Amino acid sequence: MSDTALAPGDIGRLKEEKAEKSAWSRLGWVFWIAFGWVFLISFSALFADLLGFQDPLKTNLKNTFSPMMSDGHLLGTDPVGRDMLARIIHGAQVSLQIAYTAPLISLVLGLTFGISAGYFRGKVDGTIGIFVDAILAFPNIIAIIAILYFLGATLFNMILVLGFFGMVGDLRVARANTILYAEREFVLAARAQGASHLRIMLKELLPNVMIPVLALAVIGMSRVIVIEGILSFLGVGLPPPTATWGKMISEGYTELAFAPHVTFLPAAAMFFTILSFNLIGDRLRTLTNAKTGQL
Amino acid sequence: MNYLRYRILRVIPVFFLVTFASFALLNILPGDAADAILGGADTTDNTEGLAEAREEIRKELGLDRPIIVRYFSWLGGVVQGDFGESYVQIAPVWELLVERLPVTIELLILSQLLALLIAVPCGVYSALKADKIPDRAIGTIAFGLVAMPPFLLAILLVFLFAVAWQIFPASGYFPIEEGLGQNLYHYIMPATVIGLLESPVLMRVLRVDLIATLQEDYIALARAKGMSTRYILFRHALRPSSFTLVTVLGLQFGFLLSGTVIIEQIFSLPGMGKLILDAIDNRDSMLLQGGVTLIALAYVGINLVVDMLYAVLDPRVGRSAGAKS
Repeated sequence: MSDTALAPGDIGRLKEEKAEKSAWSRLGWVFWIAFGWVFLISFSALFADLLGFQDPLKTNLKNTFSPMMSDGHLLGTDPVGRDMLARIIHGAQVSLQIAYTAPLISLVLGLTFGISAGYFRGKVDGTIGIFVDAILAFPNIIAIIAILYFLGATLFNMILVLGFFGMVGDLRVARANTILYAEREFVLAARAQGASHLRIMLKELLPNVMIPVLALAVIGMSRVIVIEGILSFLGVGLPPPTATWGKMISEGYTELAFAPHVTFLPAAAMFFTILSFNLIGDRLRTLTNAKTGQL
Repeated sequence: MNYLRYRILRVIPVFFLVTFASFALLNILPGDAADAILGGADTTDNTEGLAEAREEIRKELGLDRPIIVRYFSWLGGVVQGDFGESYVQIAPVWELLVERLPVTIELLILSQLLALLIAVPCGVYSALKADKIPDRAIGTIAFGLVAMPPFLLAILLVFLFAVAWQIFPASGYFPIEEGLGQNLYHYIMPATVIGLLESPVLMRVLRVDLIATLQEDYIALARAKGMSTRYILFRHALRPSSFTLVTVLGLQFGFLLSGTVIIEQIFSLPGMGKLILDAIDNRDSMLLQGGVTLIALAYVGINLVVDMLYAVLDPRVGRSAGAKS
């Protein structure tokens, strides 16, 4: 792993680069567009009730599949005449609630096990490695569908299950970076001072390992949005009449030829949200130069 | 070959863990095969003797034994190639799986071929024009594709090619025995979806490796000798650069065995994924358990083979990875 450590010359070069451009401007305008979209959709989802959207559950069978910009409905209506805009915003509530929570669970689990594996090595590492291999070998999407089908697809269950299965990536990166840092002088110094294992892991390793794992966790946010979409699309997501993007897409799918906007508007909202989270995560990762670890 | 022994030995606990976890999970979760056979009737109120009937069925199926006992008796069967009996479909699980497996495998092979067809030219061209406009354009498209959920891409392709232009069928399956042409025709759309989604990963890997290879001295020598760029690329550079590509291809194959679930569902392909989804729907725990086990075994097996190939072909891997673990 010595080839990944920074050479003395590199640090000087990095400092020069930093002096040239501030961190903010180095992110680039694409990042800010992505950030803007995430902010916009998060803001509207959070304050949906205050912003005066229509009732996402109010059906009107006389006005189904109305096109975009039709009277009273900016984005048209769905198969039972519900307002598309309101439903997309309420769908965003579901997707974003999951996106902001499940990766956090993955993060905590991944950091805990990853740092332990990388710090203690030996048997601890081997045991955690076997668990990681088992989770990878387990067909995740099938497991998630089965668990939610049997336990009942509530938002809470979904967050827990997605959080659990999402931890592998975080764990690997945390482990790889811990191995990298565990031999560094400041850790050895802390150990020489007689610091406990827990203290070394929390005070010395966690702050350093955290940064690259956080960048990955942002990409985890788009991952859980995709899985929630798949679940809803297959009909094992949150039960109706809750609006979710995946369900809106599947409801519109049967009338794809007749009213494509009913399918493609929530699809676009979903795509741009995922794209934005990916972009943000990607930029953060380049900035923090994360190591994608192997286990 | 210490590393190989380590890898092979590690498969054993992983296998036990996966099968036991799924076994336990299916047994802890509410609703078992007895409920499925009774058609999901509520057995808590004992009006029509349903509770007794349920107990009887459970006893007959052996569901009243402790979970550990049932796990090992099931495992004993698996070792002998007996995956148990589907209570719902009244057929051996193994037969049901084997019947559906070819559909999924054909889908995977076709989609991986398509992915390569897209990824190799794009990757080579990107590496050749590294950091110039074509490379950036390809990279941007690849980035967009990565953000595309599989079912969205499927819907988009269905809309374009089945609804708007009506070139390809929106869904359906045509057995290979009834004509290869029709069979492939029905596979084009689902295979394209998976292939398109796979290609960015393969392309990036190839691009990075190829850029590294093009820096090598022997490439410079070949250039100095006046060989054409095309000749150098395809004769000298591509093969040593495709090593990681082949590895990733192998790993994706294992991963995709369950990743095709949604594509099979959308395009009504009667493959493994659809079988397993139906098994969940019917609470057919034995079938579900068999499917999960088969996919996990395939995944572990493919990983092992890829790892071994890697270690055999590139001796450095065995040493460094062995030291690491």
